[in-house]
Amino acid sequence: MTQLLLFNVTNGLIIGAFYVLMALGLSLILNLSNVINFAHGGFLVIGGYIAYTITPYVGFWGALLIAPPLTAILGLIIERVLIRPLYGRDPLYSLLLTFGLAFIVEDGTRFIWGAQGKPVTIPAILAQPLSNEFFFITGYRLFMVAMVIIAVALLFGLLRYTRLGIRIRAGTLDLETVAAMGVNVRMLRSLNFAVGIFLAGLSGVLAAGQLGLEPTMGTGLLMPSFIAIIVGGVGSLTGTLLGGLLIGVASGVTAVYFPSASEAVMYVMMAIVLLVRPRGLLGEEGMMT
Amino acid sequence: MSRSEGTLKLVILAAIWTALLLAPNWMPLLGGYTALGTRVLVLGLAAMSVNFLLGFTGVLSFGHAAYFGLGAYGAGFCLKFLAPSTPLSLLCGMLLGGIAGALLGALIVRRRGVYFAMVTIAFGQVFYYIAFRWSSVTGGDDGLRGFSRQPLDFGLFSIDILSNPTYFYYFVLVCFALITAVMAFILRSPFGRTMIAIRENERRARFLGIPVERHIWIAFTLSCFFMGLAGALYALTNNFADPRGLHYSQSGDFVMMAVMGGMRTFWGPLLGAAVFVVLQDYLSSITINWMSFVGMLFVAVVLLFPRGILGVFGPRAKA
Repeated sequence: MTQLLLFNVTNGLIIGAFYVLMALGLSLILNLSNVINFAHGGFLVIGGYIAYTITPYVGFWGALLIAPPLTAILGLIIERVLIRPLYGRDPLYSLLLTFGLAFIVEDGTRFIWGAQGKPVTIPAILAQPLSNEFFFITGYRLFMVAMVIIAVALLFGLLRYTRLGIRIRAGTLDLETVAAMGVNVRMLRSLNFAVGIFLAGLSGVLAAGQLGLEPTMGTGLLMPSFIAIIVGGVGSLTGTLLGGLLIGVASGVTAVYFPSASEAVMYVMMAIVLLVRPRGLLGEEGMMT
Repeated sequence: MSRSEGTLKLVILAAIWTALLLAPNWMPLLGGYTALGTRVLVLGLAAMSVNFLLGFTGVLSFGHAAYFGLGAYGAGFCLKFLAPSTPLSLLCGMLLGGIAGALLGALIVRRRGVYFAMVTIAFGQVFYYIAFRWSSVTGGDDGLRGFSRQPLDFGLFSIDILSNPTYFYYFVLVCFALITAVMAFILRSPFGRTMIAIRENERRARFLGIPVERHIWIAFTLSCFFMGLAGALYALTNNFADPRGLHYSQSGDFVMMAVMGGMRTFWGPLLGAAVFVVLQDYLSSITINWMSFVGMLFVAVVLLFPRGILGVFGPRAKA
């Protein structure tokens, strides 16, 4: 029983790490540009399929290195052409637009790569379990968690110490003043969007190695990321991090006792948080209204 | 409103109702069929209910399909387990959708803008998962089956809306007329004017002493009741309740219908629903990639016609 529980907590943490990567990207875009990016799951899928396509030529490591930036460039183009005209308008429009984009991406991947799930081969070194007792901790899972930790650390470092990061954080609080101080806000939003999509692409590659690829996988990961943001507190990236891990573990543990309620528990957590602490665990006062 | 404007409105209103009343007569001439008209009417009612909140209170709910789907399941449960009565099933669906909306609305109304949208989506998904997972009761992925709408029994005579699609169309039209009349009445009342005031300038409304949260909650609840009834009608139309009717992508379709038709207008969502339903019906018959086309329609409407079909003709307002 203890092992089963441990198994599911580990599982939950790994799934939670996925949610965190997705949710951080969503959260970045939401905070600075006030855009709910419904196509975020779509970008994850694109990242995964790019990795699948180039793996035969450059290997898994090459794909891991190349696919996320390629996804980010695609994101940059889409932001430039489709989303930029909508800044400053009712958020309804960017929501509808990205919603339509998600349709196009899902259908497009199905058209190009087929509806069948596609496996991505991972290096043999990562595929082995570490020991017989803890059969569920494969090298790949550890590697995934390590990658997520590195990505999150880099992101927080970027936001904390670089000029771009400081501008992004400032823009989140008061974009008008940032613009008045001579920062090119358009550029800032584009770069910020690209960073968010980079994270989606990275989670796509990592997810591809663990779960295989399907055109619909992005939509399944989108909703937990929303909940991670709401639970953690809108406006706080640390909150998003915490929220993602929390709901991951909670659904992992619930899977032991009530397998069919493992999704429901996330929503229950969200309802409780909204009741007791409407701004979310680490959300700042006033950010939610 | 000037006198000529008033006359124009009357003429338009008469035209809409004539078109709706005679739909079973003219639709087949254009290659349609009566059941398609019924679908347009039901989904149009749903889109108008969403727009009651979106267009007139200015609050973006992206999870309204949940209350639509709850209405459908409510009607289905009633017919299957409670009593084989069409009016009772409509009432059950409406109550289920409306009460769920009232309860969740109380949690949601303090959020605004994108955050309101996010929370409504997430809560909407709760019901999707319940319908999807609790298969012993809801039929799970296959949906709720094994019920059908019942003939209307008036004691002396009964109307067979089950096997005659034209009779059913008129039954739906009567329900539609009642609900739209209620909506129009609410929008003309002081309460409706307050909703519009909140949409135009929430801060000013607050300074005037209007309890904004309570108004939004009431508007949310009302629109969920309307939504529940539309969902119940949808279940009767198909004799089937589908879990995908609760999914947020269905909510997106409703919002799209409202925006495409013109969300600042009362009748716009009905027009949007008509275009959307007919287009989807046509596209899914000619291509398997209809999802892409619907997606492109979303992108095109947002970028090119943000004020919708009727919004283009109406007075200029900021989009």
